[in-house]
Amino acid sequence: MALLQISEPGESTAPHEHRFAVGIDLGTTNSLVATVRSGMSVVLSDELGRSLLPSVVCYGPQGVLSVGFEAQTHQAVDPKNTIVSVKRFMGRGVKDIAHIETMPYDFIEAEGMVRLRTVAGVKSPVEVSAEILKVLKARAEAALGGVLAGAVITVPAYFDDAQRQATKDAALLAGLNVLRLLNEPTAAAIAYGLDNAAEGIYAVYDLGGGTFDISILKLSKGIFEVLSTGGDSALGGDDFDHRVYCWIIEQADLQPLSHSDARLLLTRAREAKEYLTYHGEAPITVRLGSGEYVDVKLSTEKFSEITRTLVQKTLTPTKKALRDAGLSVAEVNGVVMVGGSTRMPQIQHAVGELFNQEPLNNLDPDKVVALGAATQANLLAGNRASNEDWLLLDVIPLSLGLETMGGLTEKIIPRNSTIPVARAQEFTTFKDGQTAMVIHVVQGERELIADCRSLARFELRGIPPMAAGAARIRVSFQVDADGLLSVSARELTSGHEARVEVKPSYGLSDDEIAGMLKEGFTHASEDAFRRALREAQVEAQRLLEATQTALAEDAGLLSMLERAHIDSCVARLQAVLVGDDRRAIDAAMATLNQATGEFAARRMNQSVRRALSGRKISEIQI
Amino acid sequence: MITITEKAAQHVASFLAKRGRGIGLRFGVRTSGCSGMAYKLEFVDAANPEDHIFESHGVKVLVDPKSLPYIDGTELDFTREGLNEGFKFNNPNIKDQCGCGESFNVL
Repeated sequence: MALLQISEPGESTAPHEHRFAVGIDLGTTNSLVATVRSGMSVVLSDELGRSLLPSVVCYGPQGVLSVGFEAQTHQAVDPKNTIVSVKRFMGRGVKDIAHIETMPYDFIEAEGMVRLRTVAGVKSPVEVSAEILKVLKARAEAALGGVLAGAVITVPAYFDDAQRQATKDAALLAGLNVLRLLNEPTAAAIAYGLDNAAEGIYAVYDLGGGTFDISILKLSKGIFEVLSTGGDSALGGDDFDHRVYCWIIEQADLQPLSHSDARLLLTRAREAKEYLTYHGEAPITVRLGSGEYVDVKLSTEKFSEITRTLVQKTLTPTKKALRDAGLSVAEVNGVVMVGGSTRMPQIQHAVGELFNQEPLNNLDPDKVVALGAATQANLLAGNRASNEDWLLLDVIPLSLGLETMGGLTEKIIPRNSTIPVARAQEFTTFKDGQTAMVIHVVQGERELIADCRSLARFELRGIPPMAAGAARIRVSFQVDADGLLSVSARELTSGHEARVEVKPSYGLSDDEIAGMLKEGFTHASEDAFRRALREAQVEAQRLLEATQTALAEDAGLLSMLERAHIDSCVARLQAVLVGDDRRAIDAAMATLNQATGEFAARRMNQSVRRALSGRKISEIQI
Repeated sequence: MITITEKAAQHVASFLAKRGRGIGLRFGVRTSGCSGMAYKLEFVDAANPEDHIFESHGVKVLVDPKSLPYIDGTELDFTREGLNEGFKFNNPNIKDQCGCGESFNVL
């Protein structure tokens, strides 16, 4: 029979209606899957009790040979068809990938994303990642005894939209319903329950197998905002292993090693590193294939000494991330440790010293991201406890809007709006008989289009010809939970519609976002002035057009003198229009309005006369 | 009378400890599901005056009076089946149950 889990009071689900949801940490080196069971976040293990799944996929002529530990063993035998660290290729082109020449793969340049030629055919990083996700999905379904309702998948905070979209695509390919993509540091903070804590600033220090990331998060009103990120994509636990490896060679005075000896020694080096987490001294004894015998002892002190520069290499980006966020060490309320390498005592010590406080480390640093993702997944799947009505939200870092006449920005979704969000606004035509409209989507805080970032441009055609200002065009902005923006424009009388999907965060680093924000603040008053000027110019243009149209139609209603007066007012307005004196424009507009007042009244009378002449009162419907 | 195995009690205790509050476990039935009745298993923050309270291995199991006839004599166990783990009920009152055992009928 089915096995039951304990629910929160009043939250029992109906039979066959359990919403199984998991959190997945899709890592560069290792991946994990976790879920909430009886109110507790747990990492799900495979049948051998192993929770980590090495992010390695091995291809054979028939397709996928193996994923995980077994694939890892193929790495030495068949490096070309054994894909490791595929996360580095997600959403990247050949030129984006660092040290591509050192990799054993057969890369193919393709539009949008690099491809890998394997014995099983050409594979995209999305397909490779999907294989890893499929294994985790199968593990979760076996562990939960049911079909998954959805998954939360974590991504690095610095992932741009192409990388996020690639991750989402991989999940879809694996048959997973993505509830949300969650930033890894945010997931770690959730695992520590920081989202329930008071507001504050948190640093997430993530030292994994091959990458180092530091993120500064700000929590306010239950919302995590990523203030800044930094790191080193080529620094991790492997480098510490390598230092120990070099030290052993030096100590034991070894001759150049064979490939298999080198691997054996590297394994011993890693074991020694792990041993030193809980012991003061690690004995290293190896008999090499060459017949040489190694017998050395590595002390904690020596280990710290030979890896000091590596530790230092993590502290520099950490300080920079703090600087980027405009914060001092004293303002950080907590430090979360993520990644197996943070178990090393010298790391704990160095981080503690830098932040002047004990880092949070009582959760398994390898699992903390997956645990947080599981908590979030449980919540999003609707299994939330009644007394925990918080909902984690992400916010839009920069306002989204569109261009209106005069090159002005009309903000549709203001920055710091929580996502998902949808907003709509109606616009109209500027000229008589206008049948098309360009929708220019921009991002930024500035008032003028030129100072904002252009995201997309599309045209709405098929607007029925009408007088200026009569058409009603509804423009909707929608940002989904992953920060993807779609914009649609619809002409309400005809129903004509056009839409575009945009990637707002594509290619923007957090630094640039911060820079754009700051500019928005410092140029606020200047922008306000320029906006007022542009608005006056647009209004003046409209008035001139209307006047010109009227003159062309009904010049006969005016005397020579009147006509001359209006013409001179028009000329005056045209003259000041090109300048930047808003008051002069306003004044010239007022004069022109006054000059044409009588003319407008006569035109009105004339059209009324035309409408009424020769008709009986009874025929006229009011 | 409801009993709970020692293993199940240990798990309940650790879930409660992890949750940080709660006085025990509510075990009961609801009408729904494909075979009539469905089990419910919830944490308890406050007991109701009418609840029957059974205690074994240091864990309180609360049962509302209306549920008791359907589950009287049940033993709660915690088991692992393959990769899945969770609570299982040995209920002597069951006449038949749906394929997965999440819902059942009594005599």
